[in-house]
Amino acid sequence: MSAEAAMTATRKNIPPVQQGEVMSGAEILLRCLILEETEYIFGYPGGAVLPVYDSLYQNHLNHILPRHEQGAIHAADGYARATGKPGVVFATSGPGATNLVTGIATAHMDSVPLVIFTGNVKQQLIGTDAFQEANITGITMPITKHNYFVRDVKDLARVVKEAFTIATTGRPGPVLVDIPKDVNEAKTEFHYPEKVDLRGYNPTIEPNYLQMERLKDAVKAARKPVILAGGGVVSSGAEKELLAFAEKTQIPVITTFMGISGFPRRHPLCLSMPGMHGNYAANQAILNCDLLIGIGARFDDRITMGRTREFAPNARIVHIDIDPAEIAKNVETMIPIVGDVKHVLMRALDKVEKGDTEEWVRQVSEWREQHPYTYQNRDDVLKPQRVIEILNETTRGDAIVTTDVGQHQMWVAQYYEFQHSRSLISSGGLGTMGFGFPAAIGAQLAHPDKLVISVSGDGGFQMTMQELALVKELNLPLKIVIINNKCLGMVRQWQEIFYDNRYSQIDLSCAPDFVKLAEAFGIKGMRAVSPDEAEKVWKEAMEHDGPALIDFVVEPEENVYPMVAPGSTLDQMVMGDDNK
Amino acid sequence: MTERHTISILVNDQPGVLARVANLFGQRGFNIESITVGQSEEEGLSRMIIVTSGNEQTVQQVMKQLHKLIDVIKVQQLSAFPMVARELVLIKVEATPQNRTEISGIVEPFRASIVDVGPQSLMIQATGDSEKVDALIQLLKPYGIKQLCRTGVTAMTRGAITAKV
Ligand SMILES: Cc1ncc(C[n+]2csc(CCOP(=O)(O)OP(=O)(O)O)c2C)c(N)n1
Repeated sequence: MSAEAAMTATRKNIPPVQQGEVMSGAEILLRCLILEETEYIFGYPGGAVLPVYDSLYQNHLNHILPRHEQGAIHAADGYARATGKPGVVFATSGPGATNLVTGIATAHMDSVPLVIFTGNVKQQLIGTDAFQEANITGITMPITKHNYFVRDVKDLARVVKEAFTIATTGRPGPVLVDIPKDVNEAKTEFHYPEKVDLRGYNPTIEPNYLQMERLKDAVKAARKPVILAGGGVVSSGAEKELLAFAEKTQIPVITTFMGISGFPRRHPLCLSMPGMHGNYAANQAILNCDLLIGIGARFDDRITMGRTREFAPNARIVHIDIDPAEIAKNVETMIPIVGDVKHVLMRALDKVEKGDTEEWVRQVSEWREQHPYTYQNRDDVLKPQRVIEILNETTRGDAIVTTDVGQHQMWVAQYYEFQHSRSLISSGGLGTMGFGFPAAIGAQLAHPDKLVISVSGDGGFQMTMQELALVKELNLPLKIVIINNKCLGMVRQWQEIFYDNRYSQIDLSCAPDFVKLAEAFGIKGMRAVSPDEAEKVWKEAMEHDGPALIDFVVEPEENVYPMVAPGSTLDQMVMGDDNK
Repeated sequence: MTERHTISILVNDQPGVLARVANLFGQRGFNIESITVGQSEEEGLSRMIIVTSGNEQTVQQVMKQLHKLIDVIKVQQLSAFPMVARELVLIKVEATPQNRTEISGIVEPFRASIVDVGPQSLMIQATGDSEKVDALIQLLKPYGIKQLCRTGVTAMTRGAITAKV
């Protein structure tokens, strides 16, 4: 590596480092991050990472200080989901590291690239139950794509390079690097490897020719084909290819929750989300199709309802995924195609011809027109669905929307008409309450000029609301929406339906006044309790130059429909309850 | 249909690799009947032999998941090919001066050997496939087995078969 290579093309102001220059582990780490073009570090200091934070002092890297490590990692995750670039996290040993665990699992379930650096106690203290010692590599083994414990400063640069490579290639995921304090203090010559050499790691990018021929024949022969597009479309950046593929073949597109932003909602071929709270047309298409092409989707139990044998009962299934372990994991697959979704679709575009699908497209469009998502709007009370409609109408589906977990999450999926890839940011796999708001901070940092809306329930918001301080500090123009039903809405719904109205531990009526709370942090706070007010207040929030929190006080007893109960098949949809 | 499968895993000889492999089995609910780990033909790499049971789909899933581990270089299902599988057992059996010869008589056809003689016991060492070891144990049971240690299976495919990774 030459001196030039140690500079980044984009940040010429950073002084170069000579090959072989002697530096401490901490300095090596920061230099590696500069070379990886790290834009932000989301971190929280502590004893075991003091050497790193000392090197960070007056360094060229931007460090963001959330008020809790969970806030840090969800913000890094939001940044990564909004950009496709790896989110970088620092934390200290012991409690700092364990506070990251929920965030790591969240990223792992949704295949989000994160590179996490934790400090640990000095190696001479490892294994002695030293102050703030935790075996974080052991703890995170099942929730990381890979993790490292660095024993020798000579390995550090190579490990960092490998960590970034593993996190961002193949099926992305979080990688944790645990560095004991003595390694960060020790000095060695700096050599950043140009490329990595990992014998056991070789993701398949290009698809198998024979399987692609089979795909071509299957598409040509199908009369009722449907695409099930998942998060893989979004993470491989294949939204354009998907659009071209669907249009060329005239195949309707169902998007899983994670795939929602991968296909424009208002497109005539879009059938929206399937499964538990999915759309009638999407579920009917799965039940009736003769060919189902899963693209970067993993057939999880919120879609199959655990009835994998009865899933798409009349269809041959094609499964395109970068992870061979996903194929045939949940459903039987006729045509397995391992490869990067974007590459596979590019190859497929050259090959495929349209089958005879007019009648089918007409049929699914009819289902779509006849059974849109519906609710009973009222003038006197504010319905939560109405709030999401207002957000949608005023932004035309152009905003980046992060959600938390619960009813409001499903309403966003149903009523916000996402137009752009990477614009829905939500914890789909792990379903982590407390994720949405800090994730919005990361997304806003990544896209300072875009409108970012954080939508949370009053429950989940209270899990990470301390990050209001960070919003104020950075003066991020976030719009922070609380769908306030004064209870744990989704739990309430399940207790109503499956536990005979036995409401157990769901009452959140004793909550802070969110408007005053926002004001206490120096952020504009507003409230709406009626549909008219909601429109007015939202307009004001949008016009406000800077962060604003809006407390939408909504009908507490509203349920999410349609609904398919777990263990039922997709034809058993409950469309709504009439008595409300 | 649940069947027994023998899987060979070539791994980087790194701290924590055994934990990663074992963790993966536990996390996904795949059972491990036995596991052996040791040196391989290449420096820096170890070989694990795991005997697991499950239907064909489970085994395929296990192998794919194993392959995702960065420290795993190669995964082979040995039991899909003609293979040689062996384990070693040490059995400490109660023995008096009166029945020692009788026990020796049992041990001999198994080509097992007596490796230690105590006042009240004999230690027997045997190698062979699992069925042979099972049979020996059955025959020794009536004398009273004080302690039993099986290494678990290690295995190789026969001849020059190169199994698909
Ligand atoms: C960290 C965490 N704890 C518990 C749950 C279980 N859970 C799922 S939805 C939900 C209720 C969420 O309530 P709220 O945040 O008010 O949103 P709402 O459903 O009312 O829109 C709970 C408790 C979870 N998903 N995450």
